[in-house]
Amino acid sequence: MTQHTLSVLVENTPGILARVAALFSRRGFNIESLAVGTTEHPEISRMTIVVNVESLPLEQVTKQLNKLVNVLKIVELDTAVSVQRQLLLVKVRADAETRSQVLETVQLFRAKVVDVAPDAVTVEVTGNRDKLDALIRVLEPFGIKEMVQSGMVAIGRGARSITDRSLRAIDRSA
Amino acid sequence: MTTEQMTGAQALVRALENVGVDTVFGIPGGAILPAYDPLYDSQKLRHILVRHEQGAGHAAQGYAMVTGKVGVCMATSGPGATNLVTPISDAYMDSVPIVAITGQVTSSSIGTDAFQEADIAGITMPITKHNFLVTDPADIGRTIVEAFHIASTGRPGPVLVDISKDALQATFGFEWPVQMRLPGYRPVTRPHAKQVREAARLISAASRPVLYVGGGVVKAGAAAELKVLAELTGAPVVTTLMAKGAFPDSHPQHMGMPGMHGTVGAVGALQRADLLVTLGARFDDRVTGDLDSFAPGAKVVHADIDPAEISKNRHADVPIVGDAREVIADLIVAVQAEHDAGRKGDYQDWWRQLDAWRETYPLGYDAPEDGTLSPQYVIERIGKLAGPEAYYVAGVGQHQMWAAQFIKYERPGAFLNSGGAGTMGYAVPAAMGAKVGAPYTQVWAIDGDGCFQMTNQELATCAIEGIPVKIAVINNGNLGMVRQWQTLFYNERYSNTRLKGKAADARYIPDFVKLADAYGCVGLRCDRPEDVDAVIAKAMEIDDAPVVIDFVVHQDAMVWPMVAAGTANDDIKIARDLAPEWENGD
Repeated sequence: MTQHTLSVLVENTPGILARVAALFSRRGFNIESLAVGTTEHPEISRMTIVVNVESLPLEQVTKQLNKLVNVLKIVELDTAVSVQRQLLLVKVRADAETRSQVLETVQLFRAKVVDVAPDAVTVEVTGNRDKLDALIRVLEPFGIKEMVQSGMVAIGRGARSITDRSLRAIDRSA
Repeated sequence: MTTEQMTGAQALVRALENVGVDTVFGIPGGAILPAYDPLYDSQKLRHILVRHEQGAGHAAQGYAMVTGKVGVCMATSGPGATNLVTPISDAYMDSVPIVAITGQVTSSSIGTDAFQEADIAGITMPITKHNFLVTDPADIGRTIVEAFHIASTGRPGPVLVDISKDALQATFGFEWPVQMRLPGYRPVTRPHAKQVREAARLISAASRPVLYVGGGVVKAGAAAELKVLAELTGAPVVTTLMAKGAFPDSHPQHMGMPGMHGTVGAVGALQRADLLVTLGARFDDRVTGDLDSFAPGAKVVHADIDPAEISKNRHADVPIVGDAREVIADLIVAVQAEHDAGRKGDYQDWWRQLDAWRETYPLGYDAPEDGTLSPQYVIERIGKLAGPEAYYVAGVGQHQMWAAQFIKYERPGAFLNSGGAGTMGYAVPAAMGAKVGAPYTQVWAIDGDGCFQMTNQELATCAIEGIPVKIAVINNGNLGMVRQWQTLFYNERYSNTRLKGKAADARYIPDFVKLADAYGCVGLRCDRPEDVDAVIAKAMEIDDAPVVIDFVVHQDAMVWPMVAAGTANDDIKIARDLAPEWENGD
């Protein structure tokens, strides 16, 4: 199985998240990560969906997604030509004895401490999956009390925008 | 553009009138009640009050199938809406254009588990082409236009419009015409010229091609084009259950229906083909059997209006996205160009093989030895006497397969049935809808006694609304197809398939003749082969009331040929433990 990152431009309408998520589950695909947000155009939302799937079934799910009336465009973003980032907040045990070691790790990963308590610190870091996994591994021995991660967001490198043409379609039909 | 003050309910009725609706099948209830008030005054809309919402949905399907228009059904919120789920799912599987309009509780109550609240938009999400929840009256007109556009274009399908009661009640400025806002909906209908040329090249290079024709050809109205293409290429044609009549059964190039209960000739043709020219078909498991051993030597040209169907089950060597009619029309030109360039396929050896199969293994059945009525004979005679101009509407099960096998279809769309979903109970309400759509054509439902008991309440609708359908109940006192599987695969252990009483001489319950009478229909019974023609003739004479004929038939008849579920098409049986000898005809 290979990991694929799909950027899905959708109309910003109620229920669209349910439609997309339901389609994945109905067709038997597990979503690894999903992030939704508005774009530079308020009528368009952008979903970044990460799936573990072979390329043939991926083609099938992409075609099925394209059939959703509120889906405007689907682009697969190759890791080589896109920037992919996830946000991680992690609460690590850190007392007087270990705090300096934890802070050192935080610096190495260019992460930052966003909250401090007598026996714990909360660390914020963004990065791709590998970086986040590496940080988690290094922090684990100190004792991870709690962690939360956002879905992956991704954008293609270079000057081109994937929203341009979809915007025109929206304008035409408005 | 004109603006007129009216309620959301009036806007709904006006919008339906404006998009050309003339018939609505439905049942009122609390949340949809506001809509029924202006409906009462409409001069353009005929509302047919059904007895169960499932009937409304299937009737809308039947109506859509014979008219080519969008069928419309209407129900209230909660249970009214959920009763539409089965026909909506059926329409989704068989790509039938219907619009279901449901009332929803007042928008401020949505999500509170209010009386008769159900999230019907959520429930029908995976079984509709699209659905809408409307809570603002100003959106009603545009939503109706969009719903009809989506249902009827591209690959047709069901669309649900759920409208909250307050949106129906509020007064607002109704504007018409309206502009659709569907930026993400762009069905492709024009096929790619290069792909079409490649398909034509493969057709002339092939030595064992088959035109594998599905329901998309009927939906696209491409039967005339198909006949030209078939005759131009000289290739054999198989028509799936959904495509019966897309190519005349009497045509010498027609090999019949492929699949689980297809002819040996059609199944053999697919299995031994070196090229499948797939037109508006979707490699359903009932056609392919075990997918890995399906048509192992064939290259595949796959034309479908839905890109997601292409390479879904079977890899397409030449994918063509487009409307079947346009694809076939372009193929004709491309194949002609191949011929003009001196390239024409030689299928003589292929036809020798095909002819041997169909001569050796024609469809047939044995008359029961005890002189009782054979179900296949009944269905065959109905087809003969009612003729190719009639519509035939089957339920699901043995009688459906026999109706596909033993009625000869000469025109597209003459056979209506529930193919993908396999909905028992489809026949009576779908026949009702068909008869409303084609009032001057005979409409015969071929139903089983199991199916008939699921939806026969619509006989009341037919009697009261003056919809004189003819219903042949093929009554074997059993859930026949399930019983057949029990015979073949469960050691004749007939668990819960017997519909009449346990005793050997048990009565049939209910008495369908009395039931017909109680419903204001004419009830007839026939249990002897020598009476079959007379009772059919009598039914055909009656055109002022629905007719139900209770054909009491032999219970042990089985549908043959058969490819057991999940097995390879090559393992087709022509009778129990009897396989065809494929190479005999060489």
